[in-house]
Amino acid sequence: MLRTIKPLLAMAGAVALSGCQFHVLAPSGWVAHQEKNLLIISTLLMLIVILPVLFMSVYFPLKYRADRKDTSDYDPTFTHSSKLEVVVWGVPILIIVGLGYFTWVYTHRLDPYRTLDHLEAGEPIEVQAVSLDWKWLFIYPELGVASVNELAIPAGRPVNFSLTSSTVMNTLSIPALGGMVYSMAGMETKLHLIADSEGTYPGRSAHYSGPGFSHMTFDTLAMDEAGFDAWVEKVRAEGTTLDAESYLELETPSIDAPVTYYGGVSEGLFGRIVELCVAEQTVCMGDMMMMDMHGGGGLQGIPNVPFYEYDRHRAIDGFGNPISLPAPEPKHYYEAFLADPDLLCRTPLDAKAKS
Amino acid sequence: MATGHVQPQETWSPIFGRLTLDWIPYHEPILIGTFLGVGLAGLIVLALMTRFRLWLPLWRDWVISVDHKKIGIMYMVLGFVMMVRGFADALMMRLQQALAAGGAEGYLPPHHYDQVFTAHGVIMIFFVAMPFVTGIMNYVMPTQIGARDVAFPFLNNFSFWMTVAGALLVNISLFVGEFARVGWLAFPPLSGASYSTGPGMDYYLWALQIAGVGTTLSGINLIATILKMRAPGMKMMMMPVFTWTALITNVLIVAAFPVLTATLGMLTLDRYLDFRFFTNDFGGNAMMYINLIWIWGHPEVYILIIPIFGVFSEIVATFSRKPLFGYTTMVWATACIMVLSFVVWLHHFFTMGSGANVNTFFGITTMIIAVPTGVKIFNWLFTMYRGSVRLEVPMYWTIGFLVTFTIGGMTGVLLAVPPVDFQLHNTLFLIAHFHNVIIGGVVFGVYAAVTYWWPKAFGFKLDDRWGKRAFWGWFVGFYLAFMPLYALGLMGVTRRMNSYEDMGWQPYFIIAAVGAVVILFGILSTFMCFYVSIRDRKRLACGGDPWDARTLEWANQSPPQKYNFPQDIVVTGRDMFWKMKEEGFKWSTDYQAIHMPKDTATGVLISAFALAFGFAMVWYIWWLAILSFVAMLAIGIAHTFNYNRDYYIQPDEVAATEAKGASA
Repeated sequence: MLRTIKPLLAMAGAVALSGCQFHVLAPSGWVAHQEKNLLIISTLLMLIVILPVLFMSVYFPLKYRADRKDTSDYDPTFTHSSKLEVVVWGVPILIIVGLGYFTWVYTHRLDPYRTLDHLEAGEPIEVQAVSLDWKWLFIYPELGVASVNELAIPAGRPVNFSLTSSTVMNTLSIPALGGMVYSMAGMETKLHLIADSEGTYPGRSAHYSGPGFSHMTFDTLAMDEAGFDAWVEKVRAEGTTLDAESYLELETPSIDAPVTYYGGVSEGLFGRIVELCVAEQTVCMGDMMMMDMHGGGGLQGIPNVPFYEYDRHRAIDGFGNPISLPAPEPKHYYEAFLADPDLLCRTPLDAKAKS
Repeated sequence: MATGHVQPQETWSPIFGRLTLDWIPYHEPILIGTFLGVGLAGLIVLALMTRFRLWLPLWRDWVISVDHKKIGIMYMVLGFVMMVRGFADALMMRLQQALAAGGAEGYLPPHHYDQVFTAHGVIMIFFVAMPFVTGIMNYVMPTQIGARDVAFPFLNNFSFWMTVAGALLVNISLFVGEFARVGWLAFPPLSGASYSTGPGMDYYLWALQIAGVGTTLSGINLIATILKMRAPGMKMMMMPVFTWTALITNVLIVAAFPVLTATLGMLTLDRYLDFRFFTNDFGGNAMMYINLIWIWGHPEVYILIIPIFGVFSEIVATFSRKPLFGYTTMVWATACIMVLSFVVWLHHFFTMGSGANVNTFFGITTMIIAVPTGVKIFNWLFTMYRGSVRLEVPMYWTIGFLVTFTIGGMTGVLLAVPPVDFQLHNTLFLIAHFHNVIIGGVVFGVYAAVTYWWPKAFGFKLDDRWGKRAFWGWFVGFYLAFMPLYALGLMGVTRRMNSYEDMGWQPYFIIAAVGAVVILFGILSTFMCFYVSIRDRKRLACGGDPWDARTLEWANQSPPQKYNFPQDIVVTGRDMFWKMKEEGFKWSTDYQAIHMPKDTATGVLISAFALAFGFAMVWYIWWLAILSFVAMLAIGIAHTFNYNRDYYIQPDEVAATEAKGASA
């Protein structure tokens, strides 16, 4: 008997002890605190109607069971009641109006794009976070340093995140500090968080992104000013610089990558990551859009297509190994056009030449 | 490099496309075991069928049948078979997550695990829940409106076999190649040509496209049936509530599924022809896919749950011996939900960076859906109020549903609050929420429907004891399996993780795994229940109206003759069968000739070629793709020249079958 109970007790104990990890309910940052408050307000508001429903769901079938002694209250004509209709529509509507009010207020207050300047908690620190296959790169543009799979922040100061991704979608999630936002390639998203106290908070990608996803975790080290400065010095002392070349090396898929520091970061690297043009001989998206605005490259632009290729160079197999996909040869199309210009009816260039 | 394994080299041959022996997963012991098990069971079934000479009856009475009742039953069989597959995936995931804590890698490497969770989602939604609700609508709805069949009987048969073709394609991927590793909605860029190489993602696309043809056509068919084939006198507001919900569901299907088809079509073009709809480069935009897929995806969850609302409406009224409370309200509430379900899709990605105004709008529209849904729950409660409630097995499922679905609805509204969602998005809280409404709603509803209408279909009730065991297995198992996931979600634990470091989470995952085993007991009890009931069918035999029911489907014999009703019924009110019983209705013996559709093999033939076409497209076997596509068209066109499509059942034959049915 005892033998069966012991593991059960141990398990119950383990469950109880692990209570300290309920990051959503016991958060460590202002944003997460607000989100927790809203969670509790919403739950309480809904319980006004949920609890009576749960009670009636069990009570009615038992009270009105067919084999009850006194069936005089059986009334098959009771199929409509305007009073009840008003209540069953009215009460939920009132609750939703209340909930809607809180939703409006809190959604605007906690918009991830909104800076936390209103907290007057000191100078914010900028962090550019890039989700790579399958690790996180954090660039500190003001400090000129970067780290992989470790995020250090000064506690008590707002953190302004700019997010992007090198290939697929991820989310930057640090539940103890607040909600998450997607990181997407070719785009920049924003997130603003703050840690109220020093500590180590787990962070990870919370959007499935491929074979190495489970290991796409990092520690968030919230430190006091002195500790943070010391961390920056430690990173600077590492010496290696994150430039285009080392970024492209870092970007190749790897699983469970170790914490790595970069003492220097080349100017404008994050911008080029967002614009998908870190590699030599590639065209930035901004330039591409400008060209498109001016009518595009036209026929002459066709041989340039390989300079716009991005995804194909990052293809992986099902186990996360880089593979090379066969690439089409746009030059051939171009030569075909030259041989027979009528192949395409009209191009923007033709139109321009005519006008 | 990353895991030590590599994918087979991409090669192409004119005959086999890119299919090579390397793609047969003979190095995976789990798959070999499964293959041997399935193969052995298959052989036994084949042998038994040959032994008892069942091939011809199977083909003649079922495969080519256009009878909506038989097609409905076949949908249910498909649903239960695929549920076994989808649930096996669930057990594997629960076991993996119970093991893989604190540096342990468990027994499933990511390459396999990621296929398992993708297959679980795809199968449970498209090949379990959808066949279940389509099957119930197919069987019950035409008899509820006093019709002899659906509006387009051949189309119905064709729709079913297209769904089967899609399901088969998913199952073939288990033993030939691999399945997708992208999550059930296959978000690009991950599902694009560069980040999902190999055939897995293509299996996904073609399976869903082929099955989607069936779903869309079935939607059109059932709408036409409800609008045009109602018994004389049955006005819209006299239709049973289940028929109303079927109508609304099929409107949703017809409105939403083309969006899915177009979205997957664009992704197919991306993958096959180097289009750039959803790529990172060349101006593609993955956010567009996510918007489009959820414009289908959100109505889809209502496609699953709305018919179930109808099921419970019938059951509550019948077992409370009262007409449904607030019929009109019920209809309007359902219609509200139909419209609202199209303006909430963005709540699936509040975290994608929309502004506060947009997020607030979609948050509040989502909460508004809770109002008509809540009204429905109140209506069921007030139907029981002052009723005479018989606590039989369908009512067990109903009460289980009311409790469970209400809790799931509450956590759903929580997730609709954008700032709360920022925290809980993609966590196990979300997983717990949607299983809470899909198991507590759809699965409980399907079980209730099967228990309730089984006597209609077969003339005997299901065994009570095993039916209750199935209920308790599912009910207790659900709470054990998913309450820990709510807790984990509040710790910030993410979905789709193959392993995790934090040992503190493991006890919760172990409890969840135990819950899955309890659900397994529920599922086994279900099959035991079917077996015992069929064995004891003499003991369980019941008349045409075992539950003292209220709606027209019970007015004829159980099981119904293939023409459903010997005569047209003139409908004069709601709960028509109840009215008929009160008025002492008797079928007259003045029978007329009955006009019936003829069975045809066209549907199953086209679907077989659709399966071949899908397989060929997955493996780039272009000759087979062209050939099977041409064959599909040719058979379809040839069918239009078949004018021998109907026949009459003569009055004396009707009289004979009615007399035989009555004496049985």
